[in-house]
Amino acid sequence: MQFLNGITLLLVYQLLGEITVRLAGVPIPGPVLGMVMLFITLWIRGRTPESVEQASSALLAHLSLLFVPAGVGMMAHFDRIADEWLPIVLALLLSTVITMIATALIMQLTTRWLVKPDSSAQGGSEQ
Amino acid sequence: MNEPGLKDIWVYLSASPLLGLTITLVAYGLAYRLYLRTSSNPLANPVVTSVAMLIGLLLLTDTSYNDYFEGGQFVHFLLGPATVALAVPLYQQFSRLRQLWLPVTISLICGVLIAAGSSIGLAWLLGGSLEIQMSLAPKSATAPVAMGISEKIGGLPSLTAVLTVATGITGAVLGTKLFDWFRVKDDAARGIAMGVAAHGIGTARAFQVSRQMGAFSGLAMALSAFATALIVPWLVDWMQMLL
Repeated sequence: MQFLNGITLLLVYQLLGEITVRLAGVPIPGPVLGMVMLFITLWIRGRTPESVEQASSALLAHLSLLFVPAGVGMMAHFDRIADEWLPIVLALLLSTVITMIATALIMQLTTRWLVKPDSSAQGGSEQ
Repeated sequence: MNEPGLKDIWVYLSASPLLGLTITLVAYGLAYRLYLRTSSNPLANPVVTSVAMLIGLLLLTDTSYNDYFEGGQFVHFLLGPATVALAVPLYQQFSRLRQLWLPVTISLICGVLIAAGSSIGLAWLLGGSLEIQMSLAPKSATAPVAMGISEKIGGLPSLTAVLTVATGITGAVLGTKLFDWFRVKDDAARGIAMGVAAHGIGTARAFQVSRQMGAFSGLAMALSAFATALIVPWLVDWMQMLL
């Protein structure tokens, strides 16, 4: 029942997000707004209910699975990809590598400059 | 004279959601086992192997993607609640995030700008059409967000979904190697970069390296989904004025 409650709550927040996005005409996808709303709720309440915790870890534990149907969609775009494979493959590969390296270096440098060293990287990051 | 052969059964099944859903789960189960057996080698990423298996099977049996998606959509649909679910690790990392809020904000905004800017710029340089450039622009955000943005800026949402998955895989496969080469040792920096560049697939990989890296990657993925939705449409307008 806990798990079911958790899933229900996640869906309710997604729905709230979708409705708000439609009503307010904001250019943000519904689930993202739902995530922000849930985050604010957790913050106000000061703790994560067991049910939400369970549903969230279950969904996030196999996050990669959820991308599989979209990945299979590649077969519907074979022609398009074959037509412009060079810009697609190179832009995707290089841009991902550049983004990864640049972001990591920026984060490392700004942490060094802006955060006092006493806050060591020791955090019990229980999921 | 029409005995119900295997082929008829397949034709019947392939039109029902049961088949698409089942083969997705079976393929992922096999792919995940393979991944564990190679001691979590990033090259054996379960998304790559299961997508390859499924495409092979669908091509062999001459089944269309639309028929497959009748069942696949149930898995695909869960991306929505999974996005909402990211609020939980985000909240749990809140104290650490508070400490690092300034570096995280700066890296996030730079990362999102670099991800979108470099993909549009590179695709344009290499002669890609406008549609391809726009489909590539939001590729580092998580799939549902990327598809929404792609639609808004004139890309093809379903192509964006594919490119997004490919981006995530690229990041998950290359990430840790790149960090080693560039001597990025801090789990917070590794996680943030993974989440910004390679969203959920990168985050899944990050959780395998360490919980801390995973939490930061999840955090970066969630925040960059938000930042991408806000920044990319504006960046596109601006770049189109320039190019």
